[in-house]
Amino acid sequence: MKFELRGITKRFPGIVANDQVSLSISTGEVLALIGENGAGKSTLMNVLYGIYRPDEGELMVDGKPIHFSSPADAIAAGIGMVHQHFMLVPVMTVAENVVLGVEPTGRLGSLDIAEARRMVREVSDKYKLELDPDAVIEDLPVGVRQRVEIVKVLMRDAQIVVFDEPTAVLTPSEILEFFEIVRTLVGAGRGVIFITHKLKEALTIADRINVLRRGKVVGETAPSATNEDEIAEMMVGRAVQLVVDKHSAKPGDVMLAVRDLTVVEPDGRTVVDGVSFEVRRGEIVGVAGVQGNGQTELVEAIAGLRRAAGGSVTLAGRDITGDSPRERHVAGMAHIPEDRQKQGLVVDMSIVENLVLTRYHDPEFSSGVRMNWAGAKEKAAAMVAAYDIRTTDPSQAASTLSGGNQQKVIVARELSRDIKVAVAAQPTRGIDVGSIEYVHAQMVKERDNGVAMLVVSTELDEVMALSDRVLVMYRGKIVADLDPRTVSHMDVGLYMAGSRPTAVSS
Amino acid sequence: MSTVAGPGMVVSAEQRKRARNVGFAYLVLAMVCFFVFTRRPGDAGFKISETSQFTLPAQGFGWALGIVLVAIAAAQLLRGLGKLSNVVLALATAAFFMSFLAWAAAGDSFSFVGMLQDTVSRSVPITLGAIGGILSERSGVINISIEGMLLAAACTSAIAASLTNLWLGTLVGVLTGMALAAVLAVMSIRYKVDQVIVGFAINFFALGITSFISFRVLVPNRDTMNNLLPVMPIRIPVLADIPFFGGIFFDQTIFVYFSFLAVAVTTWGLYRTKWGLRTRAIGEYPKAAGTLGVDVNKLRYRNLLLAGGVAGIGGAWWPIGIVGRFDQNITNGRGFIALAAVIFGRWHPVGALCGALVFALSEAVRLKIGNFDTGIPSEFLIMAPYVVTIIVVAGFIGASRAPKAAGQPYEDQ
Repeated sequence: MKFELRGITKRFPGIVANDQVSLSISTGEVLALIGENGAGKSTLMNVLYGIYRPDEGELMVDGKPIHFSSPADAIAAGIGMVHQHFMLVPVMTVAENVVLGVEPTGRLGSLDIAEARRMVREVSDKYKLELDPDAVIEDLPVGVRQRVEIVKVLMRDAQIVVFDEPTAVLTPSEILEFFEIVRTLVGAGRGVIFITHKLKEALTIADRINVLRRGKVVGETAPSATNEDEIAEMMVGRAVQLVVDKHSAKPGDVMLAVRDLTVVEPDGRTVVDGVSFEVRRGEIVGVAGVQGNGQTELVEAIAGLRRAAGGSVTLAGRDITGDSPRERHVAGMAHIPEDRQKQGLVVDMSIVENLVLTRYHDPEFSSGVRMNWAGAKEKAAAMVAAYDIRTTDPSQAASTLSGGNQQKVIVARELSRDIKVAVAAQPTRGIDVGSIEYVHAQMVKERDNGVAMLVVSTELDEVMALSDRVLVMYRGKIVADLDPRTVSHMDVGLYMAGSRPTAVSS
Repeated sequence: MSTVAGPGMVVSAEQRKRARNVGFAYLVLAMVCFFVFTRRPGDAGFKISETSQFTLPAQGFGWALGIVLVAIAAAQLLRGLGKLSNVVLALATAAFFMSFLAWAAAGDSFSFVGMLQDTVSRSVPITLGAIGGILSERSGVINISIEGMLLAAACTSAIAASLTNLWLGTLVGVLTGMALAAVLAVMSIRYKVDQVIVGFAINFFALGITSFISFRVLVPNRDTMNNLLPVMPIRIPVLADIPFFGGIFFDQTIFVYFSFLAVAVTTWGLYRTKWGLRTRAIGEYPKAAGTLGVDVNKLRYRNLLLAGGVAGIGGAWWPIGIVGRFDQNITNGRGFIALAAVIFGRWHPVGALCGALVFALSEAVRLKIGNFDTGIPSEFLIMAPYVVTIIVVAGFIGASRAPKAAGQPYEDQ
């Protein structure tokens, strides 16, 4: 089966999301579709999956035009989609999720759950996915949930399987397993479209690579004929520095000291379990780990968003364990939170308002009950210029900015004042290569200015490139304290997966 | 808060606090036993059939229960009851309730079986309202207009039944519930109006229009338009002869049997059918169902109409099932109690039925206790069911999880 998109154009008010995009995919091959956030990848896939109707252009199956008016049509034509945010009902079982929409039924419309289980087992065995049909989704690790999505797609007999950013949530070893699954699928005669912004992965798994920029296909190439730098340049439109440019650290006094910090969830689970470490002036300490091993809770406890059940946090020699977030802020702590839209910004408020959000009480921006908007605007304009925030008008809502620029707003707000310690969680999650480069450079600059920097990221590459020291977190504990210059990615990956004994030197 | 709990015995602050609160609640109950339930002398007679009764010495029972409760509280506070907590809680609550009845009826006797029979009968509109609520919220639409649906259906079914017959009257009640549900559906699904606000509007509309009809139409035409003979209880052969329980459950009106059937069918439907799987999916994560080709909004429309129809039968219970006429605001908040039953039952039909029975029981008790000279002002007795609701829902049930997508309109794109 050959599937083609010819001259697809999709416009939204104000922007052309896809501009005359053409691409084709046949069964038995892997096509990587690579591009920055906002390049139009998701729009294109929504067209392909029948969620959007294109304004121009057509879809063809084996040379014949076809029209999709809903996902049901796309499914019927043999297209399957594994969404970036899994489309699974968390409280239901694997079997229930898999058969949703194509339920096997007995008498009176009753659900034949035994048949559903059998179907899951059959597909799972055939492709070696090892799924338990009766497991409840919310209890499963992310990698397994993805396999549930794959079974869902295969069960509907998809010939072309689209993966939207499939590796974003996986551990290094899960990524390898995922590639195995992709190879199995292709070996079984399916076609795979692999959407990503990770260059290495596209080069590893794809047969062909299409690069998308600003809604257009700007390049088509094959892994054998190109390299990372070349693709990055195609994606961004200019040469990009992929490695972080920094001198070795000159650590000074301890600025942030965490001692036996323990965080317990309301349901009794210990999510941060007696964690101790120090961050010194002028160094970047990275915390690596698979999502869900307590990093989020660790950061929240340090930033004061969550109460510690035990242990202490000390900032520049002062115990701040019981302090409020505001007190920590005033004491010189910056916090770049994990979720920029939910925690970092009030997206419906203006860029100016967001830039002074943590400092509105500063005499610079307010006196008594009155806000000094003129001062705020002035300062905001300076920050917009200094931090390269791409906007035509800072009085517009923060939601009008791209992800990368939203992140720059947070970075500007948090780092542009006199700080001692900065805690950054997933500082570059979901932002484009150009913005990543910029955010990293700012963090290194702050380090060189004598800030103690703690960076938590599930992107191993990021932690390794940025950090002067790497801590690995596994099941709520720090299991390794490593030097990124002397340890390999694979070794760190093993610590992240818990398959190495603890190696904490102090 | 500064100690680090070791592995295995890690308990969150919330859990510890909860265990402590429950322990103190037992102590409070024990105090009530000692200082209230031992104050009225005499034996209380509980009639359990036409001819037989058992008696409880009010004071002795109060003292004994108080001492047991103190012991339970001590166990709870010192080392926790672990897996037995819920069983102990249920038994203690039941014993406390009996002690309360014994205190109220000390020196007298009353029909215990009659009170329970009344409970089951009065649970009907709450149960059916709750099923309406479950059907809506499981599909992802918050439905606080159950009260309005009950009230409007009670009014129209009274008129229709007075003018024609009981069957047609009930049918008109069903249609009325569905009509209001259609308003809620169109407003919340198509126009994406805030569901709570639409619900409120429907409730006030129902209260206003039925009050108007009541004063302007029904009062002047009392004999022709608001006068009917309610249905009689149907004795189910054999089952009704079971001692004690037979009379409570199997000598009831068709409304009671219907509400039990509705609970059974809804439970089976939600957990054992294709429809149920899809319904639960669109209430939890509609996008997942939508991307698999399920028409989310169509199913929401259907389920809301169904919810309105079921609530309509609940409304028809007042005129056709028990009273024989419509009065202004006859439902008096039962629709809201039904929503409490939904939460009580954690969005499960059987749980909601249990909740409905608890609330109906407190109402039946109030009516019985009113006959005794207990010295409790009647206003407090009327308040009691609602206080019970708050304590039960807040204190013992704890945080229960609503369907995740309830209240969120679904974008079809």
